Amino acid sequence: MSIEFKNIVKTYDQSPVLESINAEIANGEFFAIVGPSGCGKSTLLRMLAGLIDVTDGVIKIDGQTVNNVPPKDRKLTMVFQDYALFPFLTVEENIAFGLKARKMPETEISQRVTRAVDMVGLADFRSRKPKDLSGGQRQRIALARAIASDAKICLMDEPLSNLDAQLRDRMRTEIRALQRKLQLTLIYVTHDQIEAMTMADHIMVLNDHHVQQIDTPLGIYNHPANEFVANFFGSPQINFLSGSYKEHEREIVIDTKLRLPIQNQLTKENYLVGIRPNQLDFQIAKNNGGNASLTDLTNLGSQTLLTARLDNGQQLRLTKSEQISMPINQRIDLHLKGQAFIFDPEKKNLAAVSVGVDHG
Amino acid sequence: MDESKNIIHETRIPTLAENTGLFKKTKMRAQRTNRRYALLFLGPSILLLAVFIFYPMLKTIYLSLFLTNGSGHNTVFAGLGNYAALLSSPGYLASLMSTLIYVVGVWALTLALGLILANAASVKVRASSFFRTIFSSTMGVSISVSAIFWLFIFNPSIGILNQIAAFLHLPLLNWATDPNLAMISVIISTVWMNLGFAFLVLFSAFQSLPLSLYEETAIEGVGPVYRFFHVTIPLISPTLFFVSIITFIEAFKSFGLIDLMTAGGPNNATNLLVYHIYQNAFLNGNYSQASAESVILTIIIALLTFLQFRYLERKVSY
Amino acid sequence: MENLTQWTANRKFWHYALLIILSFLILAPFAIGLWTSLLPTADISSGHLFGGSISLDNYWAALTQTPIIRYLVNSVLISLYTMLLQLFFCSMAAYAFVFINFKHRDFYFYLVLSTMMLPFEAEVIPNFQTIKAFGLLNSYTGMVLPFMTSAFGIFMLRQAFKQIPFELKEACDIEGLSHWQFYMKCVLPYSRLSLYTLAAYSFLSAWNQYLWPMLTTFSDNIRPVQVGLRELQSQETFNNWGMIQASAAIIVIPTLIVLYFGQHYFKSGLNEGAVK
Repeated sequence: MSIEFKNIVKTYDQSPVLESINAEIANGEFFAIVGPSGCGKSTLLRMLAGLIDVTDGVIKIDGQTVNNVPPKDRKLTMVFQDYALFPFLTVEENIAFGLKARKMPETEISQRVTRAVDMVGLADFRSRKPKDLSGGQRQRIALARAIASDAKICLMDEPLSNLDAQLRDRMRTEIRALQRKLQLTLIYVTHDQIEAMTMADHIMVLNDHHVQQIDTPLGIYNHPANEFVANFFGSPQINFLSGSYKEHEREIVIDTKLRLPIQNQLTKENYLVGIRPNQLDFQIAKNNGGNASLTDLTNLGSQTLLTARLDNGQQLRLTKSEQISMPINQRIDLHLKGQAFIFDPEKKNLAAVSVGVDHG
Repeated sequence: MDESKNIIHETRIPTLAENTGLFKKTKMRAQRTNRRYALLFLGPSILLLAVFIFYPMLKTIYLSLFLTNGSGHNTVFAGLGNYAALLSSPGYLASLMSTLIYVVGVWALTLALGLILANAASVKVRASSFFRTIFSSTMGVSISVSAIFWLFIFNPSIGILNQIAAFLHLPLLNWATDPNLAMISVIISTVWMNLGFAFLVLFSAFQSLPLSLYEETAIEGVGPVYRFFHVTIPLISPTLFFVSIITFIEAFKSFGLIDLMTAGGPNNATNLLVYHIYQNAFLNGNYSQASAESVILTIIIALLTFLQFRYLERKVSY
Repeated sequence: MENLTQWTANRKFWHYALLIILSFLILAPFAIGLWTSLLPTADISSGHLFGGSISLDNYWAALTQTPIIRYLVNSVLISLYTMLLQLFFCSMAAYAFVFINFKHRDFYFYLVLSTMMLPFEAEVIPNFQTIKAFGLLNSYTGMVLPFMTSAFGIFMLRQAFKQIPFELKEACDIEGLSHWQFYMKCVLPYSRLSLYTLAAYSFLSAWNQYLWPMLTTFSDNIRPVQVGLRELQSQETFNNWGMIQASAAIIVIPTLIVLYFGQHYFKSGLNEGAVK
């Protein structure tokens, strides 16, 4: 089942919520919609489900326009943030609810329910009520309901946001495995960039009523379309520094020692430079030389987080995948070892990529 | 997966003060102060409840076991005689029956109309808060006002209902002499007065229902009627229960409307339990029988209240 | 697309129609009462409900020829006294149940709670005798005394006080505040909303008292408005419908106004009573 959004617009009382949304989702794809809260991602999902009508544009499922098709005929299921479980029904009855409403024969209902509870490991809890189960188990009921419906499109609205961190990790893997096994086309809404990065085949980044970028997780990480995307993905967060363009040298200069070579011609004087913390490296400077001093250092065991202040006052974070001990205020020589993104200062979009030189 | 509850049993290490016996003394002093404060804070309420609720209850039970003479003095110990007499008295049994009809009528109409109003007000439209205010407005109506409004509407000669009936050439209804119509008119006035409260409670229950459950039913293709009976009703069943019990209790205790509208008539058709007690005690001076009736009323109310406590305890009970 | 829009529009129309019909049914008794209160009684009696002249004469008559103002004042005073005393005694008792540790606390609590099961209506005979023995028949005191505390109020405020973080009590203990100071300075301000709610309820239920004032008041100086109307209905020419409707309107209009502004507190009170 493929899905297509064509020029989707949504307004509430004349104020725009979503503008010109375009996307194509292939059959069997895990498609994540990511953005900060209030960016309209849940609205988009609900428009696809048919719970909210579209102000303008076309939604197609398998090539068929579904704008006027009621939710129940769109052949999809949805897992809600609060799981939408009926508190007065048992696990089993919750899973069977929709099937019963559709007047499916009893034997088929019980077959499907059994298959679904087995798949999510709730077989022993069939006749319990949701309130007697833990958060993770409730989440699984919601998943089982989606499985039992046999629809090939599944929508999930922040399904893991009510779970604790450890459980979230585990459910991520489980949902991913389930999606592959059942060959679902899964649309997954989340505000958590890590969830999107680890699970999705493709990610749509939404912000400010607009699609910022649609790409694979690595595509988004390695080629962020603009400042927002670069800032939203990656942890620890990317550094933003200001640099000036030297046309003659084809360089962006942050300070005298942090000069970034670029390939293409630029037009403006000042640019915003985004450098991920793991793309920076340093050496201990001799004789109080160097271009920065260390302001903070945190050892996490497998890696070390450092913050440093450039001599021109700009702060930045960097990570090293080794354990380091160094005194605060240590003078260091900072340089780029990997990529840096050059963003247009007004339009905020990606203008160039600089590849640094690893000094070893 | 189970959120295991870690109960840590702390083993207290005795403090220096405890070891030296100082602790014991301080603790005892603290207990004494607490007792004094408890008396100060709780005493007045306990005293009031004792004088105006517990004592009268015991007194009522006591009175119900004796026979009283015309001037209201106890004469002979009667045991359960008063109760036996009541339960074989056609008048009392009729009153019990009328009360049941009235209570069930009031309950069914209040709940049905309350649900309709709450359902109608829950759909978001412009001016919905305006309609909400209207629907809850009868909460501000007191017994006497409701009685006067409805007495005029039902008035056989000049009331608006019969004027409409006359205009439409329908048979006129005499609400004052027809026992069934009298009962219906009392029920209607009570329901109208109750409706504001029932609506408000049910409406806030409707408001607290999670939207996602409704979205889920939309995706599953559940029709509105099926949804109302299989989703909405079970979800608000705790509130329905609460409203039902309150309505029952209030209906069993009805007095004012009866006194103002029908005075128990016609032909004792609306002579409900409390009105019957009032007649027996204050008009006929038959304190002992009125007391026995009071005890029976208390048992009914106590049972209903007990059910309500069960509900309050369980908070949400599906 | 058009069909869907058409369908939504239709549904909206029916929805408004339903809301308006229901509003009409709810408001009809008010409307009829208010309208007839503006008509001359002769017109009402002869069935001329429309087309005649309307005036405030009935109101003027009710205000000048009946003690309705006196009744209203009595009702306001009685309700106000009941409300204030209930707030005071209920909050004190609730405080004891939450913040003071004493022997058999649970027993006392269930004792108080059990009084909710005993209807006042079933105890009027001994209470009447008690008030009579105190010599308080036909007095404000006699009207207020039995209702100075209530199990419902205690229960509700106890639930509210339980929401106060116990750390606050510990902090005040460290500062050396006594129970009384903690009660006045922390507990009451902290639970302001619940107190407003109880105030609304106790006022309203005192205002709606009927059986008790009917039994214990004999003169217009004391009689509250509920029983006062009964008096008017029986004493005055029973058929002076215009004036009776005007009296009803005089009583209901202030309560509707109070209700309109107090809506929020009633609602939160319902939630507290119903959900917690």
